[in-house]
Amino acid sequence: MYTIIVCGSLVPDPLQTLEPISGPSGPALKNEMMLPAWLDPWAGHALYEAANLAAHHPGSKVWLVCLGPKAKLQQVMMTVAQKVPFELIALDGSAGGFTDAAETAAALADAISAIPGLDLSKLLLCGGWESASRGAGATLQLVGERLGITDQFQGVDSLTIEPDGSLRILERVEGGKHQVSVCTGPPAVLGWATGNLPEPRNNPQVGMANMRGIMPALQKAKPAAVGTGDITFTAVSLPTQTRATQVIKDLPPEQIAADLVAWIKSE
Amino acid sequence: MSTLFLAHTEADGTLAKAALEALAATVQFAAALGTPFSVGLIGDNPGPAADAIASCGATRFLTISGAAFAQARYASDAAAAEALCRAAAATVVTVPATSRWNRVLPGVAHRLGGRADTHVTGLAAAAGQPQVSRWFYRQRMEATFTRSTRPWLLALEGGIAPAWQGAAGCAHAEAVALTLPAPRTSVVGFQAPASDQQTIRPDADLLFVTGAGWTKKQADGQVKVGEAGTLILDFLRLSRSSLGSTKSLVDLGGEGQAILPFLSHLNQVGQTGSTPRHAKGLATCCHGEEPHTVGWRFIGERRAISLDANCGWARGKADILYVADAFAVMKKVNELLG
Repeated sequence: MYTIIVCGSLVPDPLQTLEPISGPSGPALKNEMMLPAWLDPWAGHALYEAANLAAHHPGSKVWLVCLGPKAKLQQVMMTVAQKVPFELIALDGSAGGFTDAAETAAALADAISAIPGLDLSKLLLCGGWESASRGAGATLQLVGERLGITDQFQGVDSLTIEPDGSLRILERVEGGKHQVSVCTGPPAVLGWATGNLPEPRNNPQVGMANMRGIMPALQKAKPAAVGTGDITFTAVSLPTQTRATQVIKDLPPEQIAADLVAWIKSE
Repeated sequence: MSTLFLAHTEADGTLAKAALEALAATVQFAAALGTPFSVGLIGDNPGPAADAIASCGATRFLTISGAAFAQARYASDAAAAEALCRAAAATVVTVPATSRWNRVLPGVAHRLGGRADTHVTGLAAAAGQPQVSRWFYRQRMEATFTRSTRPWLLALEGGIAPAWQGAAGCAHAEAVALTLPAPRTSVVGFQAPASDQQTIRPDADLLFVTGAGWTKKQADGQVKVGEAGTLILDFLRLSRSSLGSTKSLVDLGGEGQAILPFLSHLNQVGQTGSTPRHAKGLATCCHGEEPHTVGWRFIGERRAISLDANCGWARGKADILYVADAFAVMKKVNELLG
């Protein structure tokens, strides 16, 4: 039986055009509140893996701890709630990529510590190994440290519970390999990469059950004062590396191949 | 201000290329600041690695050694890094952005009361203070910033500087003692595809990116996944290139469509994949717009083969776009390479 806590937040739909602007408290995205948002992709994988684990270990429970603007959280939860069963803990604050991971982690750790009856000896703290906004891969480790968890794994693609209760974990390392580790058991921090599960289909029954808890959780979402912390941004810009593409048409494959091979072999 | 460069040794006791690149960047950074720097190494026996970089200009070489530090494990690595940072009393700490350091760096910063930033792609000194650059929103915008909190721990991305080169010598390394509690985690091995199926080669000159077009109906109305797989694997074998894939191609398996069996999410480049660094990149049958092409961000010379002359993968992103059938071209390429 596990207490599985998934930390995750919102990111703009990746197909949207993103443009930085300078706001009163640091950089932000132009029309940030108007951009359609999703649950962060890697946090989503973590949530689906967590739900799968809970389904196979009766008595386990999944919590989703989410920090973001309350209105956007409500919008995103309408979709996420239909995927897998979980209980939401909402924090009302900025989910922007320019916020400081340390401030976000402090808010998340405080929210997790406040869960009534939290038993650290059964805790698996999950989340994406990076976000699609800040992309630092730092928040989860900081939450783990604040909770005193020193068995941490990042880039996780697989978690297997062995018959003796130990955790067998595959983490992404360099060169397309996985490092295989065995941890004696919870508590542990698991920063998920893609995992192995597809996105679950929408299940209206799960959605209805989740929403009974989600709406009250959103109503009592505490404000989280997260910002850029001690960071002073001097510049934020879009890349300007547009290339003058030379388009070559009507060349026979033999000639293109010869051109490519010469290029590949050149220093 | 003092800087500490941290690295871990590899299984053979040496420092990886990424570590030497980060060392070179640290040497430049310390010189720009006009301040001394130290080196801290962890590993089973890091002494020889310290000797190998003895002439890098570091004023101190600190080591933590032992079998427990041969394994990449959060508890032992974080404890070792914390001990080295305290011993060096460093205000800025640099590490190569390996999976091992990325795992522990934020936690170490927390223990030291500092801050950490990862995926740093630029490191400079401005008005006597460090200033770093990194990408946000999955390589879609770049920011330059500084912090006031110290120590400031920075994970430097590969390619940030040419790998350090210099004479070996005697580093006179100082051993830092550290006693660990019994570990709860053991590293029991690695899983990797068989060597003839290993398609990810970080040190390759060329990144070969495959798109979903390889699995679509071709000009004769037939799907030729088997032929595509053979062409791609033959090219990888002959060119010793590294294989990247678009998300759409990797995801096909989950949608019940014909797939290339040697592809996995580890091959995925772009918005939700990796952004590898290679001198050259060749994209084939790739389609998509800006968000998906961030996988190209750190590729030097780029070429593409596509039947669509207006393909978003290529226009403004590649140096040369060949409007052609990738099946026909790659078959000829393989013949020439063979």
